[in-house]
Amino acid sequence: MNYAGIDVGSTYTKAAVVSPDGTLLGTGLCKTGFKLEQAAESALTATQVPRSDIGYVASTGYGRHQVAFRDVQITDLTAHSWGALAFFPKTRTVLDVGGQTMKAMRLDDSGRVHSFRLNDKCAAGTGAFLEKTASYLGYPIEEIGALVDESTEPVEISGVCAVFAESEVINHVSNGAQPADIVHGAIESLIERSVRLMKRVQMEPEFTLVGGIIRFAKMAEVMRVQLGDDVNVPPEPLVQFTGAIGAAMLARQRQQQIRTETAVARAG
Amino acid sequence: MLYAGGVDVGSTQTKAIVVDEQGQIVGRSLMPTGANVVVIAEQAFKAALDQGEIAEADVGYVIGTGYGRYRVEFGDDQVTEIVCHARGAANMFPRTETVIDMGGQDTKAIRVRPGGDVLDFCMNDKCAAGTGRFLQSAAAALEIELDDLGPTALRGTKPVRISTTCTVFAESEVLSWLGRGRKIEDILLGVHQSIGKRSFGLLKRVGLEGEITFTGGVTRNAAMVAALEELIGRPLNVSEESHYMGALGAALIALERAIGATTGAGEKIAAGEGAA
Repeated sequence: MNYAGIDVGSTYTKAAVVSPDGTLLGTGLCKTGFKLEQAAESALTATQVPRSDIGYVASTGYGRHQVAFRDVQITDLTAHSWGALAFFPKTRTVLDVGGQTMKAMRLDDSGRVHSFRLNDKCAAGTGAFLEKTASYLGYPIEEIGALVDESTEPVEISGVCAVFAESEVINHVSNGAQPADIVHGAIESLIERSVRLMKRVQMEPEFTLVGGIIRFAKMAEVMRVQLGDDVNVPPEPLVQFTGAIGAAMLARQRQQQIRTETAVARAG
Repeated sequence: MLYAGGVDVGSTQTKAIVVDEQGQIVGRSLMPTGANVVVIAEQAFKAALDQGEIAEADVGYVIGTGYGRYRVEFGDDQVTEIVCHARGAANMFPRTETVIDMGGQDTKAIRVRPGGDVLDFCMNDKCAAGTGRFLQSAAAALEIELDDLGPTALRGTKPVRISTTCTVFAESEVLSWLGRGRKIEDILLGVHQSIGKRSFGLLKRVGLEGEITFTGGVTRNAAMVAALEELIGRPLNVSEESHYMGALGAALIALERAIGATTGAGEKIAAGEGAA
């Protein structure tokens, strides 16, 4: 029997299936849309692992409660921590930057979430900040990665508010700054906020960066400089499945634990 | 005849006012700020001159204010919008003790002395929550015109509770309420109440004494006026000129300087003396 993890996010739903020995058997992706349960079904089907071979399902993400066929639901924090550990077992600090949230988690030696801090009140530390900055400059978010690679010197962006960034951007443009350098500056300020959040969970190496925002190589690069330490990034294209993989790995551990306990009880 | 001008370059709109020697408004204009701030400031000033049929040479002094005040290149000086709004409000409503100015990107609460000097102020300088921008986001999400926001919200009876602080996230929250089947008027009423609460918080920090004058672009929105009045528990001073208050204050300060320059006396135009 295999184990599935389904991460129902606000934009995409991701599914991952792992075997009893923890090998990744498949991943599936679909747009979340309005029917969350259906999205979960579709993502799981897209893994191409037959349903009859899946013994246990863990759901996570903002729509985790809508997955009626789940066996267990787990929080995003736990799922991403387990996902980060699946890729990098020595992870002690996880940073998850998504479209509307920024989360820092500190794991203890046994991989449990020891403490966490999150920002979901303000767009300044999230993907929305970068998206806004880029859109003021006329670039869609997909082009940010290629754009910042051309940057030579970041322009200073204060990063206190995604709305105020607009006037800053306009000022920089009228002073002749290059769009690449402005977006680079926005990344610097976003990472600065991230590092502050990580300090609040008493960060310790190794550091693992997860979430949609790490599509941009520059993010990890800037982070390495600001931390003065190395940063793990899960490999493409699996990075977006970190939460789903984490959920599947936790499902596996749960089920095996239940089996052991049942066996012990029977033997007793 | 001596004239003076005030140009208020806001984040969203640029306002210009020309006053005569008595401090009476003789010309005004309003235009969207856009990207070319230097040109817009000039155009707004020219339009105000044209409206009053006044020659530029007769204008003794011009003050730039607002976020783009340093782009008013033809101006003689720059004064902060806090000082200008306080002066304009005290001129229009001489018993003003507190001013609440709600603009496109910021909201300021200002305590003023009789005559319009600033005693104290506080503003949202870190975050655009509770500003006109929040209304813009809601209007964009619901695809309705800015000017229809107020009238629509006033029809609301069961306001939703807006939990989002951030203006960027407000758009998704507004849409999620719509997805849950709530009426647009109830969502908008909730949006106005939420902005009202943040502004009320600012007002409380400078003190809620005496008459409170509401200035800035959002004064045109009747639902915002109503939401604030409900929280404060008494009527606000609002007039047709409220939208131009910063430019008016700038023009009045400019007039003082122009008169000061011609007579050398620096005589101050008393509050209320030049009220329309």
